[in-house]
Amino acid sequence: MKLAINGTTQGFEGDPRTSLLDFLRRDCGLTGTKKGCDHGQCGACTVLVNGQRINSCLTLAVMHEDDEITTIEGLGTPQDMHPLQAAFVDHDGYQCGYCTPGQICSAKAMLDEAQAGWPSAVTGDLTAEAELTPEEIRERMSGNLCRCGAYSNIVDAITQVKEDAR
Amino acid sequence: MSKSITLDQPDERNLLDRMAQGTIGKPRNRLEGPDKVSGVATYAAEFPASNAANGVLVTATISKGEVVSIDEGSVMDMPGVLAVISDQRMIARPAQGGAGEAPVQQVRQVDYWGQPVAVVVAESFEQARDAARRLKITYNADDAGELVLNPEDAKVWEEAPDTETVQQGALPQAMAEAAHAIDATYTTEGHNSAPMEPHAALAEWDGTKLTVHASLQMLNYNIDELADSLGLDAENVHLLSPYVGGGFGSKLGISPDVAAASVAAMQLGRPVRVVLSRQQVFHSVIRRTETTQRLRLAADSDGRLQGFGHEAKVTNLPEEEFAEPVTQASAFLYPGQDRVLKVEMARIHRMTAGSVRAPGEAVGMQALEAAMDELAEKSGIGPVELRLRNIPERHPSDDIPYSSRRLAECLKAGAEAFGWDDDDRRPAQRREGEWWIGTGMATAARIHNIAKAEASVTLMEDGTAVVATDMTDIGTGTYTVLGQIAGEMLGLDPADVLVRLGDSNLATGPGSGGSWGASSSGSAVQIACEAIREELCDMLGCKDEDLTLKDGFAIHSNRRQSLPELLNGRNIEKLGKLEPGDTEDDFSQASYGAFFTEVAVNAHTGETRVRRMSGAFGIGRVLNEKTAKSQCMGGMVWCIGSALTESMMFDRRDGHLVNHDLAEYHVPVNRDVPHLNVIMVEERDPAASPLQAKGVGELGICGGAGAICNAIYNACGVRLRSFPMTPDKLIAELPDI
Repeated sequence: MKLAINGTTQGFEGDPRTSLLDFLRRDCGLTGTKKGCDHGQCGACTVLVNGQRINSCLTLAVMHEDDEITTIEGLGTPQDMHPLQAAFVDHDGYQCGYCTPGQICSAKAMLDEAQAGWPSAVTGDLTAEAELTPEEIRERMSGNLCRCGAYSNIVDAITQVKEDAR
Repeated sequence: MSKSITLDQPDERNLLDRMAQGTIGKPRNRLEGPDKVSGVATYAAEFPASNAANGVLVTATISKGEVVSIDEGSVMDMPGVLAVISDQRMIARPAQGGAGEAPVQQVRQVDYWGQPVAVVVAESFEQARDAARRLKITYNADDAGELVLNPEDAKVWEEAPDTETVQQGALPQAMAEAAHAIDATYTTEGHNSAPMEPHAALAEWDGTKLTVHASLQMLNYNIDELADSLGLDAENVHLLSPYVGGGFGSKLGISPDVAAASVAAMQLGRPVRVVLSRQQVFHSVIRRTETTQRLRLAADSDGRLQGFGHEAKVTNLPEEEFAEPVTQASAFLYPGQDRVLKVEMARIHRMTAGSVRAPGEAVGMQALEAAMDELAEKSGIGPVELRLRNIPERHPSDDIPYSSRRLAECLKAGAEAFGWDDDDRRPAQRREGEWWIGTGMATAARIHNIAKAEASVTLMEDGTAVVATDMTDIGTGTYTVLGQIAGEMLGLDPADVLVRLGDSNLATGPGSGGSWGASSSGSAVQIACEAIREELCDMLGCKDEDLTLKDGFAIHSNRRQSLPELLNGRNIEKLGKLEPGDTEDDFSQASYGAFFTEVAVNAHTGETRVRRMSGAFGIGRVLNEKTAKSQCMGGMVWCIGSALTESMMFDRRDGHLVNHDLAEYHVPVNRDVPHLNVIMVEERDPAASPLQAKGVGELGICGGAGAICNAIYNACGVRLRSFPMTPDKLIAELPDI
């Protein structure tokens, strides 16, 4: 079977127990996606599958035939950073850096979800256009743990990208 | 070749402020930032190794006893399985921070539930994981009557080995005679460091030398711990930790994965990777002890402390020397000539207790500051004013002066930024719908230490520089601040300074722990740069005070020469050495600060939300405003966790940790944390380090949970003395609305 990883076709013929996360990290050499808990509890392994965020530890590689996977490496490079990556650097939206790729992938999809009008648990009016207040961003980013405690700066970084996109 | 400074006197030279580059202290982005946000920063388990096998630890399912047999045959026929190893060179416990020697190694003698007993190695992770789960082990459980699993069952309490007991004057009499007295007992539950990167090691053995990529905080100690465990010479062990995905104390000493991967690599003759599962991080590394703390505060009618008592009870495994130094800040923060400080420890069979971020103050300060709030209320003195009245002139026991101490400034700056009202502190006065609203504050204090440190700096012929040390950056900003120190001293943009860290072959630093890293290794970098400047002065025939280095140029006597031109094809390499000296004993040294917070407590459910939080901190020189503030913010997030959610819960029957993952052990999530306002109070502390900088990595967690406790009381009138302050503890006490 085949998957598209960051626009490149990859074959998978491995152990069917292989999680999408382990496939990316080990077989594709894309170690930017992190393993923090392997149980869908921390969000460090967040990647985009057909544009939507997913905990890659909670899904098996064999379940993704022909899916388009985007990892942190597919968003940007140190020399050519995605606006979210640049904003995380400018706002110090990280410390140790281990949760960071997951935070950024999650933020990318979260901004798209808000753009598409998806409400969250803190959205007052479910029919109105979703306004990404800091409280909305905090709620929508709460699946991504950061033990260093960079949350305040993460919200600032995402807010800046949201404002710049206007 | 090298230059050495021993800090026997305060270093009043203030070299960094004399320099011209203007980069020190500035809020520069992290040098390694683009690599981290792009996913190319490489952590321990991620280094490529051809033909690497994968090991998974097997851990004990009893709390005490011995392994009778391990049935290798139960898994050796499974696909890909290479070995089942239960070897005396493996480690049964992590090494304590700074141990520098092997921890307890007898993996077949079980002392706690979750202790590593074996490692199963297979071609793939999936195969090893499956086999580890199926491995049949027979135990002989020792569950005789004297097995103590819970602190409340402990009968023997010994004086803690490393904490000085203070018994001064007559505290009971002071309490009896005090105009205002508080005698309160607080409890805190166990904490887990829970760094986002689970502990991991990739070991390679070439028959003589062992190379291990691992996630470790203090390589110079770790190398001795691993060499001693394995029976190797330290010079044949090479450790690499260029990126560490958080440590918070749990990676101070080597963890079981490091020894297991090494033993397996030596046995199999091929690289072996061992990564702890998140559950193993909880079970098999370290916990912060739970504590019981009795606070006695005896104040005169003006609120000035005449008597002060802080006595704590903590636990650890048998044979461990570490005891959480709960009273560490209590020794110097407040006056009171009638004084009792004591930490007692009992031996219980739970996993190793060790250093979790700010051991001592993290739990000691929150209880102390909550008790101070009780005193403020009882005396009718505002909480800030009470603290301002209780700043001692000299250390209350050692009778030595304080080095620079900006506590009063922090209290005032924090209060002003927050909009603090020190006068009206009546509880349960403000409600918004179903939420009680209240405010609280607390002092922050954390001892300052430096340690012996070496760093090499090379001024390259092309006018760039290389800083090299085995120091680690665990998210602390070390890469960046060392680049800024060298940039300031040598007149370079930090972008032109290559900082190499986390390689045990490089100059020896103390590592990341106890908030000492930046001021120790940073001072060593400064000293090496001084030596380079001296050589430049020799070349130019001028004095150091006449030499200006800026933007890659050397300027003196109205002459301006580019560094490449001046160096003319040669590099200048110098080793800087820092030694702690007499200032350690001559001054009481600490970082100080103040927290202010506003909380909302749900009148029906008892849920507490932190709505606002400010902190003002005096940490000596700020090396990088951006990374320093981030350190403080991170600490404040830990305060929220410690105050409201974090608690290791053990099964009383068998001592196993019940909430052993991130779904059940609740670290704060993004929505638990409001925008945090951090104020850095300008300070220079010449006694603290040649940089005049102090520690910052832990200060932010030292006391803030007390501020939240005080805010809960102010909000709804419920005084909890039990952390974390979960809804179940609040709900029965809440007033009717």
